[in-house]
This record gives sequence, structure tokens and C-alpha cells, in this order.
Amino acid sequence: MTTNLSSVSAGDALPELKLPPIDRATLALFAGASGDHNPIHIDLDFARHAGMNDVFAHGMLGMAWVGRLVTAWRPQSKLRRFDVRFGAITHLGNAPVLNGKVLEVLEQDGETRARVHIEMRNQYGESKIQGEALVALD
Amino acid sequence: MIDRSWIGRELPAVSMTLERGRLRFFAKAIGETDPVYTDVEAAKRAGYADLPAPPTFLFGAELDGGILDRLLADLKVPIAKILHGEQGFTYHRPACAGETITVQSRIADIFDKKNGALEFIVKTSEARNAAGERVAELRSVIVVRN
Repeated sequence: MTTNLSSVSAGDALPELKLPPIDRATLALFAGASGDHNPIHIDLDFARHAGMNDVFAHGMLGMAWVGRLVTAWRPQSKLRRFDVRFGAITHLGNAPVLNGKVLEVLEQDGETRARVHIEMRNQYGESKIQGEALVALD
Repeated sequence: MIDRSWIGRELPAVSMTLERGRLRFFAKAIGETDPVYTDVEAAKRAGYADLPAPPTFLFGAELDGGILDRLLADLKVPIAKILHGEQGFTYHRPACAGETITVQSRIADIFDKKNGALEFIVKTSEARNAAGERVAELRSVIVVRN
């Protein structure tokens, strides 16, 4: 995908990223690949002992998906900052919907950069992750 | 309550060598289909020396190295009680397969809310390559549900 740099301006939306519902296999694979072996994400018995109804998604899995949203829009080599807040637990069966919106285009450290609001919701519109990315447009 | 004397404490540095196989496994786990993350030639055409580590990958360096497990043990925080509150990255240069990245963290802050029902551990980290160049800075907020 190509992006016409001169056309990037505040209010522009990044192409939406919609993902299938989260299943246990995805969490198991992410535990192994990411190095986060906390059993609360992969072991139902452990999760119940911890007072949860079931296992739930790693926060960093959601952040990785937000990263995909951003790097599908601009190459990763242009990414300068990436900050998120994990606002709510993402449950099994949640189908993530990721969106981004350019808040402003600014000059910083000799570059033209876009400050982008990013958000992950589930299929019911409940917000799970919110944050910002700073992306060079040069 | 977590011992506040941990504020300012440096954690042991940990090194992680980025492997193509692990990076491809990570790409699969997050559903990444951009060939830049799995095909070395595509990565090189895009200007990378080899497969680039995706934006959030380096968070795992301290997990692999057992640093987080050790920190929780030292702070007497059960892993079942933690949630990830916030995460941030500042990027300086790409980290690609074949490179060895060293991550060094410190406990920047520990504070509580709701009369101690929630405690927050703020950890800041620097990631450098073998040449000592800064690759990224990380900031993590871990929430402890007491």
C-alpha cells in the first residue's frame, strides 16, 4: 500500500484492521512467541484460582495488533514512538477492531511527523486499548 | 504493600539474540502477514539488514531472561495479581535478526491508589545493540491487584 505523504493531514483515518474472535490457541501461540508464560493467559485452572472466569488475552498481544495497524499504514522504520494504555481486559471470543486517526501533523527533530490516535475495540464497541503513535512522514 | 525502597533500583541487564525462527513464530502468533516480517529478501528490499523485530517484540527480552519473574519474587508480588497497565516504546533504530540486544531496566516508581487496593510499578528500560547504540526505550506500568 502506498500513502501519498503530502495528503496526510489531521482527521485522516488509518485503514481499519478487523480480526477474528480470540481463541485459546492464539493465546498459547502468543505465550510461546512473546516469552510471556504467565499461566493466567493459558491455564484455565490457574485463571480460576486467581479469581477470573477464564483465561484472557495478553495486553501485549493487543498492542502487537495495534502495531500491525500502524505498520500496515507506514513502514516500521518510520515509527518513532508507540504508547498505549490497557483500559480493559480483552476476553476470549472478542473480535478486535482496530482504528487509527491522525490527530496532527507536526515538525519535530527535523522531521515531519504524524501523531496518531490508536484504539482497539471489540465487536461490541467496547474500548480495550487506547494510545498514540508518532510516525515520520518524510 | 511493596517495599518502596525499590524505587530507583536497577535490574540486571539481559541480552537477547534475535533469531529469524523466533521472529517468524512471533509474526504467526500475531497474525502478521506483511512479508517484511517473515521473508528475508522482502525485509532487505524494504531497507532492513534482516527480518526486523516487530514494534513490541523487545518487551519479551526481559521475560526470556527471567528478569520479570525475579522482580516479582523480590517484590513479593504473586504473578496471578498483576495486570499490564500501560506500555510505551521510543524507537531509535531497527533491531533485526542476527543482532544481540541488551536490555537494562530500573524501577522508576512505585505508587498506590484506592488506599492500596491497587499498586503500580513503573519500569523504564533501555535497549542497546552490540555496538552500544540505543535501539529503543521502553516504559511499562504493571498494576498489582491487592
